[in-house]
Amino acid sequence: MKHVITALVQNQPGVLAHISGMFAARGFNIDSLVVGRTEDSELSRMTIVVVGDDTVLEQVRKQLGKVIPVVKVRDFTNTENVQRDLLLIRVHAPSEKRPAVVDLVNLFRGRVADVARSSVVVELTGTEDKIEAFIDLVRPYGIRELARTGVIAMQRGGRK
Amino acid sequence: MAKTKYTKYKMKLDKGFVGACGGEIIHQMLMDQGVDVMFGFPGGALIPLFDVLYDSPIKLVITRHEQGAIHMAEGYARATGKTGVAIATSGPGATNLVTGLANAYLDSTPIVAITGQVRSNLIGNDAFQEADMTGISRPITKHNFLVGSVDDLGRIFAEAFHIASTGRPGPVLIDVPVDITVNKLARAADLTMRIPGYKPSLSGHIRQIQSAAKVINASARPLLYVGGGVIHSEATAELRAVQEKGQLPATTTLMGLGALDESNPLALQMVGMHGSATANYATQECDCLIAVGARFDDRVTGNLDTFAPDATVVHIDIDPTSISKVVKADVPVVGDAKGILAQMVEFIEPTDRTEWLEKIADWKKRYPLGYEPGGKYIKPQSVVEKLGELTDHDAIIATGVGQHQMWTAQFYGFRKPRQIITSGGLGTMGFGVPSAIGAQFACPDATVIDIDGDGSFSMTMGEIVTAVHHELPVKFIVMDNEYLGMVRQWQEMFFDKRYSGTVHPCPDFVKVVEGFGAKGIRVEDPAKLTDALKELLDYNDGPAVLIVAVDPEENVYPMVPAGKSLHEMELGRLA
Repeated sequence: MKHVITALVQNQPGVLAHISGMFAARGFNIDSLVVGRTEDSELSRMTIVVVGDDTVLEQVRKQLGKVIPVVKVRDFTNTENVQRDLLLIRVHAPSEKRPAVVDLVNLFRGRVADVARSSVVVELTGTEDKIEAFIDLVRPYGIRELARTGVIAMQRGGRK
Repeated sequence: MAKTKYTKYKMKLDKGFVGACGGEIIHQMLMDQGVDVMFGFPGGALIPLFDVLYDSPIKLVITRHEQGAIHMAEGYARATGKTGVAIATSGPGATNLVTGLANAYLDSTPIVAITGQVRSNLIGNDAFQEADMTGISRPITKHNFLVGSVDDLGRIFAEAFHIASTGRPGPVLIDVPVDITVNKLARAADLTMRIPGYKPSLSGHIRQIQSAAKVINASARPLLYVGGGVIHSEATAELRAVQEKGQLPATTTLMGLGALDESNPLALQMVGMHGSATANYATQECDCLIAVGARFDDRVTGNLDTFAPDATVVHIDIDPTSISKVVKADVPVVGDAKGILAQMVEFIEPTDRTEWLEKIADWKKRYPLGYEPGGKYIKPQSVVEKLGELTDHDAIIATGVGQHQMWTAQFYGFRKPRQIITSGGLGTMGFGVPSAIGAQFACPDATVIDIDGDGSFSMTMGEIVTAVHHELPVKFIVMDNEYLGMVRQWQEMFFDKRYSGTVHPCPDFVKVVEGFGAKGIRVEDPAKLTDALKELLDYNDGPAVLIVAVDPEENVYPMVPAGKSLHEMELGRLA
């Protein structure tokens, strides 16, 4: 099962290596890992999608908490939350197929970020499910290149 | 921070270290932490720092190899509970610390390791004697630092000592580029620690403590399973109180030896692969297993599927990751054992468990740890047993790793904490010689004895020169069977006696150690063993080494074969 965990970490050199190294050494399976700045210039947030059962997840949480520069760990399992993934995808779309591709983009509330003679670059945000559904639908047109940020997440409602 | 004396040291630094160079700041931080001895080896990247240390009241022990330095620091830390300090230069000096760091990490030993690093502007350029020490040491340290500026130096040292010595202790490495030891501090340093994510939970949750007591009170066949955490926490008295009030029998891990007085009838000696039959049977039959500062290592549990099958598990540990990592805890209590046990004793009810205690007494009678005496060879077990008697079970004992280590654990008869200094988690051969020397530096008046094997001893015996240089009366006993005995035992039992790589021809150790400047004694005749041991113990003019030619094919029993359950142990000659 997939779980989304976030870790607030001190912005120091080596912290990403520390955490990814810990995951590798302990055999935890990461689906994605995103790091970015937060409202506090001394802290970054890592959002990690981990695959595993509850026992594995408990160890992941505890092991993350044990890493000294990790300030706070939050598990999004069983919470009301917002999850977003950003996709950039270059789809084969010569002029005769372009309208069909653009239609799909519109249906998914995506955006065409760049147009070339025989392809378009599409930008799309959403949950992982939505992104994957879109990828499936444009696959027949031919995917030239694909990049995703991985999931970031935030709890719904007031901050607890 | 501890007050320091500046008896010899000429300089007293400004509070904010203004005008001091990095080396002076490091030195002052070490003084403030109460460091009285450190172990290391010089090198290019350390020259400016060593220049500062030249005038220092801190004793700088120069070893023969950096591995010796860090194991000495570990021996010092294990004997006292204080943080041990090791220092090595960049590159190979630093990488030679790696084994010691991993060893200290698995055995939760408080260590601060200082490594020199190449000049800041050369880092990443494959400079001469450059190694990425923060990268290399990350998975084997509790934390590490690469100092980026002389401004941060004081704070980092404060954080390093704090992290190393609190919570579950462990090694912390500080990598200091050589230019930073030279640079002078222009504005006052801020020593405020900035580690908001480091908050070890110390006091246990009262409701968890009560639930634990309830489970213990309700059990008919409880068993305490005591690990090294009790030693680190200095919780022996509190443990004893809980044990006596509840009449709880107790077994220890290798790391927990000394937490229980083994002459106490409630003590069942060590559990696990080479544990006592009583401890192993009791573990399998208990209905409540109370782990205190232990982590269910595979050498303890044997086959996990059949481990302690009837037990409700109470697990007290300061490290939350240890709980339910291997065996699911029914009642977890996170925190420092000392405080938790002190609180728990209130809720423990004196309970009549005669039946259980009689069963244990019966096992003890039927399956005592023992060996077959006699024959033309000296039995290695008899060496340890005799030594226990002659030293009144009161010496500080270090060991290498292998058969001799297990015989030491089984037969010395430990009485008090910090008495055994051994490599439990990592199983580092060669640990005995330097860790004994480190312990002797820490406890100059104690009798410190390394019980070693010829394999382990050969790896680090060069450090005896260090002991000679400092005129330390450390004693070494080498069980010489000219085999790498533990592996040979496995080969005998499971690989058709194909002794691949385990025949271990030895030099004339007596001549070797005499060459080092130590006293050398050798004994082969069982009838002369006691006299030889006395001669060793009576020699106090420096280090002395007793080589004991022991029965070359003696095995360690009981033994739980790898992957088997604890109750499926082979009892050997006891069966």
